[in-house]
Amino acid sequence: MVTAISIGITLLLVLLLARPMGLYMAKAFDYETTGLDKWFLPLEKLIYGIGGIRRENQTWKQYVLAIVMSNTVMILLVFLIFRFQGSLPLNPSGIPGMEPTLAFNTAISFMTNTNLQHYSGESGLSYLSQMVAIVFMMFAAPATALAAVIAFIRGMAGKPLGNFFVDLTRSITRILLPISFAAALVFIALGVPQTLEPTAVATTVEGAAQEIARGPVASFLSIKELGNNGGGYFGVNSAHPLENPNALSNMLQILLMLLVTTATPFTYGKMVGNAKQGRVLFVSMAMMFIVFLGISLTAEYAGNPALNALGIQHEQGSMEGKEVRFGVAQSSLYSVVTTASETGAVNTMHDTLTPIGGLIALSNMMLNTVFGGMGAGFLNVLMYTMIAVFLSGLMVGRTPEFLGKKIEGKEMKLIAVTMLFTPILILAPTALALFTNADTISNPGYHGLTQVMYEYTSSAANNGSGFEGLGDATPFWNISTGIVMFLGRYLSLVTLLAVAGSLAAKKAVPETAGTFRTDTGLFAAVFLGTVLIVGALTFFPAIVLGPVAEQLTLTP
Amino acid sequence: MSLFLISVRCTLILMLLFGLGYNLLVTGIAQGLMPGKADGSLIYNRNNELVGSELIGQAFADPKYFTGRVSSIDYNGAGSGTPNYAPSNEDMIKRTAEAVEAWKTDNPDVPVGELPIDLITNSGSGLDPHISPEAAEAQIPRISKLTGIAETQLADLVRKHTSGRQLGFLGEPTVNVLKLNLELDAKMNQ
Repeated sequence: MVTAISIGITLLLVLLLARPMGLYMAKAFDYETTGLDKWFLPLEKLIYGIGGIRRENQTWKQYVLAIVMSNTVMILLVFLIFRFQGSLPLNPSGIPGMEPTLAFNTAISFMTNTNLQHYSGESGLSYLSQMVAIVFMMFAAPATALAAVIAFIRGMAGKPLGNFFVDLTRSITRILLPISFAAALVFIALGVPQTLEPTAVATTVEGAAQEIARGPVASFLSIKELGNNGGGYFGVNSAHPLENPNALSNMLQILLMLLVTTATPFTYGKMVGNAKQGRVLFVSMAMMFIVFLGISLTAEYAGNPALNALGIQHEQGSMEGKEVRFGVAQSSLYSVVTTASETGAVNTMHDTLTPIGGLIALSNMMLNTVFGGMGAGFLNVLMYTMIAVFLSGLMVGRTPEFLGKKIEGKEMKLIAVTMLFTPILILAPTALALFTNADTISNPGYHGLTQVMYEYTSSAANNGSGFEGLGDATPFWNISTGIVMFLGRYLSLVTLLAVAGSLAAKKAVPETAGTFRTDTGLFAAVFLGTVLIVGALTFFPAIVLGPVAEQLTLTP
Repeated sequence: MSLFLISVRCTLILMLLFGLGYNLLVTGIAQGLMPGKADGSLIYNRNNELVGSELIGQAFADPKYFTGRVSSIDYNGAGSGTPNYAPSNEDMIKRTAEAVEAWKTDNPDVPVGELPIDLITNSGSGLDPHISPEAAEAQIPRISKLTGIAETQLADLVRKHTSGRQLGFLGEPTVNVLKLNLELDAKMNQ
């Protein structure tokens, strides 16, 4: 009962925040003069001036090129900081430079909003790297994705796509910075440290020496959650008591993870001038979310049959890899939220989830449409929307239209190719790793397959959580996941912005009584069917061999 | 100006403003307003020696203390982590079975049916400062026998260090093991 109330209230807050936030975002990206300018324009002008940014509209090709070029430059500079952090300032604990393949992996990981971590923050990064490299990218990466989805929406609305550098700047100054600044102060009040002092050394009650790692955690934590980044300051991420001290800090993290991604459908509805369509997409995604959450909670409360058979008191559910202050309810909720929003922060070890709990986390990432990560998730949703429109058009035998634009061969070819990226990026490397690097798997049996598949799913979907038992700090894993993360991010950005460019150039067809409406319950059902059928057909065999087989072997 | 140059200049200014500036600003405010929390909620004893952090668990090997969660890293706060055992992992099933046997020897007065699962499972961080109230209560008979402190007194102590759900509905009830043992320690030395 308490579980239901706590989850109900948390989700109610998410719901209440989504629409106002969505409308605020629509305003933040409006190039006309708005009342917000007097707050943000001075800082933005400074950035435009030093960056040499001219505020002019770009074509879709220029926009894509700006994304790829700027992100590549950022990856290179951050790579250099990681390599030379040993001789750079702000390194009180004396941490050495990073190994090259690990620096390659980490720089791509944070630029692509993935935050897969093959290092441990306490021992692998200096305070300078945590701030100037990691936190910088935690702003720049989600801002890039948000800019891309806004450009896409502008294209669909038949407006000019805008300017990438202006959108990048506005994403940070008007959305990411003010909210993460305020949230950081709240986190400190709740017990999250924010200090430049080195690791503390205590003498315990029993007389042993205990080291306690700390650092500027709170400012890191708020942008990690708000930007759907997910990389932990500490190795175990938000399971660490200093990165998530209590249930209140846990709830704030959940709200931050869902804030922008649940608001985006409303921003979309506002910008294309069809609020109802935005609501239909929001409700469709919320339905998938609730069903997945219900399954995960049931599985985690049922616990591990093999342990329950020992005759112990197991009312709490499955507690291996979980923290007492969160228990099963807040851990399970967090695991569903972090994979739905492609954040990748964890407050429980996903490797230790029950097979079905792990399956839900995996499915969220494979579908990548249950809200999804900042910007990138909603791009994916719009892609599935167009597939649904196309299929409906085929069924009734008319040229499909979406927002008054005809969807034709050119767009569908681009979308069909985009749809293939994720399964190829997940399944092909999984097969390769199983053949060549099976010795890095830590848990034997069917679970081992899930470990490998989870790593690449998380990379391709730019999530970043892991089944952390995997021995992934090797050149093979660093390089292969680095490539998967990079392609998982930029391939679909390019093809989908091409679709936007093509749609923007089309003349709008007037709506008639015969137009297939895309803002109705019927369309929501078609959309959900498309997402689930495409997802299920692609990944079903692999899922049966992994988590489903493991669950069947768990009888005591 | 070429796209490359704009990219480099943008990157540098964003690094400076939002990498360095943002972090230092928040650090300055935190150190000015809430230094205790900002430094990691550290606990000092009467002689002003650091004994730990109220948010970080400690290893208690002596059975006269309350013990916390299983920690594969032995509560070394320089790092954090777990063995990441899958539910089907043989080593984990063996470890828990052994913990149950050890419980029977060390706590003959409390049947296994009253041993809560959080006491024999590894926490997510390896640094969990809490156990469930039931897990603390289950240890009272053993500690009373070893220290000579009455069970009712120990029960009072546990109650004192139990925190309910936050705002009445969020999270789980917890007992802070370090704070509980610090007070137990003071009682033993009286």
